[in-house]
Amino acid sequence: MSTLPPAVLGLAAGVVMLLFVIGLVTYVTLLERKFAARMQSRIGPYRVGWHGILQPIADAVKLMMKEDIVPREADKRVFNLAPVIFLVPCLLIFATIPFAPGLGVADLNIGILFFLAVSSMEIVGLFMAGWSSNNKYALISAMRAVNQIISYDLPFLLAALIPVILTGSLRLSDIAVAQDGLWFIAYPVLGQLGFLAFVVASVAAENRVPFDILEAESELVAGFRVEYSGMKFALIQLGEYAHVLGTSFLGALLFLGAWAGPGPEWLGPVWFLLKALGMFMLITWIRWSFIRIRVDQILQISWKLLLPLTMLLVIATSIVVVWRSGPGV
Amino acid sequence: MASEHVPLVVKHIDYTGAERLTMNMGPQHPSAHGVFRAILTLEGETVVGVDAVIGYLHRCHEKLAETLAYVQYPSIASKTDYVAAMSSELAYVMAAERLAKIDVPKRAQYLRVLVGELQRVASHCLWLGTWCMDMGGALGGGATIFLYCIRERELVLDLFESLTGARLLYGFHQVGGVRYDMPDNWASECRSTVDLIEKRVLEYEEMLEGNAFFMMRTKGVGVISRELALDVGISGPLLRASGVDCDLRRLAPYSSYEDFEFRVPVETAGDCFARYKVRMVEFRESIRIVRQILDGLPEGPISSRPGVKAVAQVRVPKGEMYARVEGPRGEVGCYLVGDGGPRPYRMKWRGASFSNLAVLPHIIPGHSVADVVAIMGSVDPVFGEVDR
Amino acid sequence: MDAAQARARLAENPDAVISGEGAAIVVTVPASQWTMLAEFAKDSLGCTFFSFLSAVDWKEEGLEVVVWADNIDAPFSLLMKTRLGAGVTTCASLSRIFRGAAWMEREAFDMFGIVFEGHPDLRRILLDDDWVGHPLLKSYAVDTPYPPYR
Repeated sequence: MSTLPPAVLGLAAGVVMLLFVIGLVTYVTLLERKFAARMQSRIGPYRVGWHGILQPIADAVKLMMKEDIVPREADKRVFNLAPVIFLVPCLLIFATIPFAPGLGVADLNIGILFFLAVSSMEIVGLFMAGWSSNNKYALISAMRAVNQIISYDLPFLLAALIPVILTGSLRLSDIAVAQDGLWFIAYPVLGQLGFLAFVVASVAAENRVPFDILEAESELVAGFRVEYSGMKFALIQLGEYAHVLGTSFLGALLFLGAWAGPGPEWLGPVWFLLKALGMFMLITWIRWSFIRIRVDQILQISWKLLLPLTMLLVIATSIVVVWRSGPGV
Repeated sequence: MASEHVPLVVKHIDYTGAERLTMNMGPQHPSAHGVFRAILTLEGETVVGVDAVIGYLHRCHEKLAETLAYVQYPSIASKTDYVAAMSSELAYVMAAERLAKIDVPKRAQYLRVLVGELQRVASHCLWLGTWCMDMGGALGGGATIFLYCIRERELVLDLFESLTGARLLYGFHQVGGVRYDMPDNWASECRSTVDLIEKRVLEYEEMLEGNAFFMMRTKGVGVISRELALDVGISGPLLRASGVDCDLRRLAPYSSYEDFEFRVPVETAGDCFARYKVRMVEFRESIRIVRQILDGLPEGPISSRPGVKAVAQVRVPKGEMYARVEGPRGEVGCYLVGDGGPRPYRMKWRGASFSNLAVLPHIIPGHSVADVVAIMGSVDPVFGEVDR
Repeated sequence: MDAAQARARLAENPDAVISGEGAAIVVTVPASQWTMLAEFAKDSLGCTFFSFLSAVDWKEEGLEVVVWADNIDAPFSLLMKTRLGAGVTTCASLSRIFRGAAWMEREAFDMFGIVFEGHPDLRRILLDDDWVGHPLLKSYAVDTPYPPYR
């Protein structure tokens, strides 16, 4: 093992990670469908395999066999490139997440910065898709997307900064270790408010109901991906779920103590996964209980409520940290 | 010189900075509620102009009615408003009965009211579900409410199925009465169903009105003034939400509506939320009427002309008659001109949805695209009735 | 204003023919007084609720336009009629008086070919723009072919 060059090791880790994420994302869709079905007094996928366990695979096969349609008037190069550009940042965010002490692709010393920077890159692919489709629904959706992502990345970033300030490090594994005694969500007032702001901002940054104005299928049919079919559609879908999942992992790491949990140490990754899925379920729960709000109202919530709140929280956290560490620091 | 013939290309530059986009909504669109096409002119997200294109479902019912006998047409009448088939059947049958001065036995009248009110409950269930789906999305909370509402609508349709054998288009009414009597145990089933629905409606109300996003989307959106409402001739819950106390069941009681106690809800705001409120009260009032009928249903024949065999058996004298009923969507009317034969000389449907939809071009401009679907859903159009 | 008073007010016009029973008043006027009657009904009789506008084809006797409006406070209803006369297909538009008449008149134009003068936007509404003929005329057979569909 140790004789292998680090580049090969890194590549192997990356491939394993990618497969893990893609596998997880496919099954997370089944989880969401089952959960939503139960909320709506339905059964959900049931026919393919035991309790619909093979449904995601059947869906993937179906999407692969679908005809790939490119609109004649579309900007073909951009149109074809957009799903990839959209997907890559959504998968890249998993690179910095440590699933257990030392178990991760790259534990960067600016891990959270990398995460936030890369995750907001998806807007580029999204806008490319909306613009190049040469479809008015897609164009309006792309316009809305830029609007919304800009508005919500700020509160998202500020909310994520609260644990960073409490820890004093941008490295994700440091933040996880710092929560050994007390999860940051249990931190008086700051933790709960920070978590709340984080959840709201992440729902918006992920374009989920009630902030899914770019998809808005009752207004814009399917928004930016209205012209996509087959595998390209699947890539966009994959990217979207990967983003949701990645943000859920981040939330579990920042506020829920990452791999901390009872039992032996090797159970750490399992706890982390369960917490992340818990975050995912929370977002899904919100999704299937709310109705969509309007663009102007979304922007109002961001600029008039969420942004000032998170800013105040960041300032308050800084004051608390300085006060606790005492004079002379 | 050839240059004289080169057309001068003038590029129109919009110096106001308002770049307009024409967007087509429908006829195939997730929130088109059927086949409706709205050509929207947008300035950014704001709609500045709307042209409604209808007629995709046109079957020329009025011409068809001229070729069908009074006995034949009622079963087709239900295909105009297919979400509330009972009320459209009743309108036609009533016009023929009044013109021919045919009496309807008391039991038949009560049964007509009974199915009419159950139909209102079923229709409002569908409205609430689809409206919330318009605002909430098929992949969001809207779908959750939609599925709940459909679950309740199914219960009413089950009742209709055991009464008439059909779930959507019933053929329940006939000239002179109704075709089917209540089967055994139907009354108790009906009672338990309406009890359940009443309980669930309360749940939905709590679920929706406790939701700040729902209030944000509906309050102050799509306001129809009282004057505009009367002028355009919108009717039903829309008219009552605009502050007009007009319910045909009160104004011109038909089919023994004067025997029942019920409240006519009136709201004055005229916005989407007011329309919602009116319909939610109507759920309860309909259930109240249903209970009163089940308590006091008189015995007797269900039709004054039982066993109509020949299509030409019902003849209507020369003359004209406009009969209207308060359907779930408003005034469903049938203007009938008879010439003494077995078929009407002329029949005009006054579909509630047609007039209700005509108000859209007056109220939509100035709203955003997201509001367009909310307003359209609150109008509750059924395109079988708009296009006839 | 109740139904009896409305009848009396309508009877002041010597050209109006009044019939109908009770709260359902039927009044027929010459085509020249059509808009005047509608204005009178809305402003003086309080028939502000516009229900429908349609037409009847009386074959040789020509077309008849009918309008139903309600006074919902009284309550009584008014059925206004006018005969356009044999071969006449023009009629004054009521869309300036009742905004709801705009779509109804488009429908009547579509189905009967009545040209409403003064209508702001008289197009076909239910049928396609390229439709030939006006289906609710008695001269239009039910099985008239419509190429290329049938």
